[in-house]
Amino acid sequence: MKISTLGYSIRQGLKNIRRNLLFSLASIGTIVACIFLFGVFYAIVQNVELTVRSIEDSLTVSVFFDEGLTDEQILKIGEELQTIPNIASIEYISADKAWEAYVQEMYHGDMEYVNSVFGDDNPLQNSSSFELTFRNIGEQAETVDQVKNISGVRKVNSSDTVANSVSSLNRLVGYASISVILILLLVSLFLISNTITIGISVRKEEIAIMKLIGATDLFVRAPFLIEGMLLGLVGSILPLFGLYFLYNAVTKYLMGHFLIVENMIRFAPAGEVFARLVPISILFGVGVGFLGSFVTTHKHLRV
Amino acid sequence: MIMLDHVTMRYPTVTALDDVSFRVREGEFVFIVGSSGSGKTTLIKLLLQEIKPTVGEIVVDGMEYSRMKKNEIPMLRRKIGVVFQNFRLLKDRTVFENVAFAQQVIEKTQKEIRRQVPATLTMVGLADKYKQYPRELSGGEQQRVALARAIVNEPKIILADEPTGNLDPKKSLESMRLLEEINRRGTTVLVVTHDREIVNLMQKRVIVLKKGRLISDMEKGGYLDED
Repeated sequence: MKISTLGYSIRQGLKNIRRNLLFSLASIGTIVACIFLFGVFYAIVQNVELTVRSIEDSLTVSVFFDEGLTDEQILKIGEELQTIPNIASIEYISADKAWEAYVQEMYHGDMEYVNSVFGDDNPLQNSSSFELTFRNIGEQAETVDQVKNISGVRKVNSSDTVANSVSSLNRLVGYASISVILILLLVSLFLISNTITIGISVRKEEIAIMKLIGATDLFVRAPFLIEGMLLGLVGSILPLFGLYFLYNAVTKYLMGHFLIVENMIRFAPAGEVFARLVPISILFGVGVGFLGSFVTTHKHLRV
Repeated sequence: MIMLDHVTMRYPTVTALDDVSFRVREGEFVFIVGSSGSGKTTLIKLLLQEIKPTVGEIVVDGMEYSRMKKNEIPMLRRKIGVVFQNFRLLKDRTVFENVAFAQQVIEKTQKEIRRQVPATLTMVGLADKYKQYPRELSGGEQQRVALARAIVNEPKIILADEPTGNLDPKKSLESMRLLEEINRRGTTVLVVTHDREIVNLMQKRVIVLKKGRLISDMEKGGYLDED
């Protein structure tokens, strides 16, 4: 397509929008709603993922050994653990270190009292362990089974409940957002298709003449494709401004008013969320606009 | 230039053209006449590839319709300048824009459009009306805009569908003289009409259709009484 033709198609596309302003605004409105909700869900998913990741990072699983293992045998277990792909980190906790941590937690570091009761004994003498973190908490059960099968491993302490809850929440938010987005996508496609159909019927005579005097298929369709993409572009840019201010306001409000939120959840910075959300939304809006007009022109404008 | 070889066009309830064959040489001026229902409109639709014949072959400027791919249809149509019945001008565009439209459609540059459109408007005698809208023009002037739009891309063939249908005899004759002038420059002209006076006056080749059949093809012919 020549540049002059592209200019012509853009002018005609804009003219179509002006001529058919009410329906164009309705289409833009639906895309705005669609992208807005998409943005809201996207921000929620991003933050849930961030929270899940921080929970995943803090969730540790302890691996205890059979009594009387030598240092070499423990080292060998460590090497075997390193070959399991889902294990993100391995830390060796010696019996002394475990006892120190226990004393710190249970007796608030009161060594005088502890020494008077236990003397030089370390009741956790057989409690040296490896502390593991996992890459994907959803695969915890399988990984734990693998660890249990390693020779010399006596016990693996893990919390399935936390792992399962976190991965279920993550899945739920994912499914809910995909469902809502799919419904809105269909509504947007339907409205854009309607707008384009009306545009075609308004220009029916002009299109008929164009075809009969030698216009190519692309030339006839281009203004409508551009119209659809412009509707999508405007419809995707507008809600991004609203979303940006809303995101900042909501995170600030939650952090300022609910201490529990501040302790439990780490919100992703707006810049980080929008660095991805802006291109995805624009691509989504323009894509929906293009798809809606492509299908409609294909149906109505056969040369 | 144009060849119809045993062309038949059947619709579910009627046979619009029945075994029609004729040839039109390059640079000819031909009238295709016939009353309502004779098959004239079907013939135009076939020539413009709006429909495909049930049987037979059509060849225009070496392009065989039966072998033509879909993407070649616009190229065929660019060889044929059409003057539509009732002119079919775009009401929201000026005379200049209506003629330029034909050039935009085939992706001519603005420079070419600025050069070609005024020259064509001068040729049809409308150079001073380029800013006016169709509603501000007389029937004869609108017809000349339609003609300008048909010839601006310098097609090899002009196909005029009832070009004198809405004109008085004087304007009809002026319009025919203009087509004759275009024909003198080498363009093949096909005029589909039932305007008896004009056909008899022009003394050109006349092909007569009746109920879908070609019943007469005469050089320097006239409109037969039984038509």
